[in-house]
Amino acid sequence: MGHITLSQVTKSFGDVNVIPPLDLEINEGEFVVFVGPSGCGKSTLLRLIAGLEDVTSGHIAIDGQDATEVPPAKRGLAMVFQSYALYPHMTVRKNIAFPLRMAKLDQAVQDKKVEDAARVLNLTDYLDRRPGQLSGGQRQRVAIGRAIVREPAAFLFDEPLSNLDAALRVNMRLEISELHKQLDTTMIYVTHDQVEAMTMADKIVVLRAGNIEQVGSPLELYRRPQNKFVAGFIGSPKMNFLTGATAAAYDAQTIGIRPEHLEVSRDSGDWKGVVGVSEHLGSDTFFHVPVPDSDDPLTVRASGEVDLKRGEEIFLTPIQEHLHRFDAQGLAIR
Amino acid sequence: MARAITTQRKIINTTAAWTIGLLIFFPILWTILTSFKTEAQAISDPPVFLAFDWTLENYGVVLERSNYGRFLWNSIIIAGGSTILGILIAVPAAWSMAFVPSKRTKDILLWMLSTKMLPAVGVLYPIYLLFIKLGILDTRTGLVIVIMLMNLPIIVWMLYTYFKEIPGEILEAARMDGATLKEEVLHILTPMAIPGIASTLLLNFILAWNEAFWTLNLTAAKAAPLTAFIASYSSPEGLFYAKLSAASTMAIAPILVLGWFSQKQLVSGLTFGAVK
Repeated sequence: MGHITLSQVTKSFGDVNVIPPLDLEINEGEFVVFVGPSGCGKSTLLRLIAGLEDVTSGHIAIDGQDATEVPPAKRGLAMVFQSYALYPHMTVRKNIAFPLRMAKLDQAVQDKKVEDAARVLNLTDYLDRRPGQLSGGQRQRVAIGRAIVREPAAFLFDEPLSNLDAALRVNMRLEISELHKQLDTTMIYVTHDQVEAMTMADKIVVLRAGNIEQVGSPLELYRRPQNKFVAGFIGSPKMNFLTGATAAAYDAQTIGIRPEHLEVSRDSGDWKGVVGVSEHLGSDTFFHVPVPDSDDPLTVRASGEVDLKRGEEIFLTPIQEHLHRFDAQGLAIR
Repeated sequence: MARAITTQRKIINTTAAWTIGLLIFFPILWTILTSFKTEAQAISDPPVFLAFDWTLENYGVVLERSNYGRFLWNSIIIAGGSTILGILIAVPAAWSMAFVPSKRTKDILLWMLSTKMLPAVGVLYPIYLLFIKLGILDTRTGLVIVIMLMNLPIIVWMLYTYFKEIPGEILEAARMDGATLKEEVLHILTPMAIPGIASTLLLNFILAWNEAFWTLNLTAAKAAPLTAFIASYSSPEGLFYAKLSAASTMAIAPILVLGWFSQKQLVSGLTFGAVK
């Protein structure tokens, strides 16, 4: 259960084409993250899979069955919305039971399933409250509970953590990952946050303007980005890009090197620069070093022990096996 | 110092509010007072305010002369019927415009409202002829239909505004949870919109109750509601202000009581969405 295939799917709103023909295979039990900048069509893609939007052309199959014309409720998918979309006039218990009630299950079965879900999500003490009396994290858990009880073929998450504060987000991230391990159900997760994508995904789908830029495991994307966009989008802080003579020396239009793949020396190295702003995080320090062939200052990641003063002259050397080369179209040169 | 200013401002605001309120209420108060005067005192010059011989005579005469109960019953049927029928038609209409809008939705809304800008008398003749053709002149059915149609734009507009406030994602969640369209409207939309629907019901009941143009022109004896009851006392046989006032008081009393008990609902309903 939970194998989803998109073939030649397109979506247009009026004259605007949001999703060009797109093919994607989501395997059973996979945690797939759609990631991309805002407006890249990732939410639209999720809504197409959910059935909340109709595809303009192409086909969506769920577990081998053509689901293109199937209404949302009949697709066997559950969705967790960004705004949680809880029913404000119902208690937590009724919220979680709603899909079961719609499925006309026995009251006893409903109660059992709701109790089970509440136990898994630590909501047992809150079952008789209304959503308005809960914190953001609790609301999120209710929304997840409502999805779990349906025992869906796949879970769809639409930026579920973006309304939570930073600390809670990290917690919920772990909880959702843990849930995935427990349930072993396909999950499709939409986010613009590449950290969420990297930490949670089995497979990341990087989208830009409705196009799939690359599909792969988090580390594949980190180590072997197929183009400049993916290289710049995955990884934090983002990859440094250099052009001009520096790049030409490597037979490339642009070269990219991640902040963690630059060696710093006071005496010698490939590129010379002057230390600008430094950000001390304790464990790490990020130095920003302006160099001639880069529009932005290079970001350099060093150990927190390294102490360089602003204005100090330093040398940077890229670690050769981690250097990425791109041609004029921005595609990776291998 | 600051407190002195706030207290002072409070007094000014309160006084102003009461003055305006009393100014608006004065004609109604005067009608009620007049209904307890004798006919001579009702037209006395200078007018008497409170120092008159209070009498219930006018009420006695009015109740004797006309069948108040029948008028009241007609009013209840016409106002209630047109409001309920209107809501039944307006809920799906407002739902579709709020949640599945098309490019022309705004135009349709404006067009519906624009029918309210037309003076009612402009369509009196065609509607009168239609009523004769359909044989519904001077029937409650006919009035329920015509008053419902007159108020329908307002009902749709009000419901549309309330529905617009309900996040679409909640309805989508219901759809994902397996609710059919009927279940979605029944279990999610309606309960969430209850305060709005209640205000709409109330306001339209009041509007329908007070409607005088159509009720006076399309009824004679059988279906005449309280508006006709009042009108029957401004007759050519001479002006009887005290009796007219007694009839008016009796006609507005039920709606006044209803409005008094539901004022909280009405105010919150009418300002809904104004402050977020």
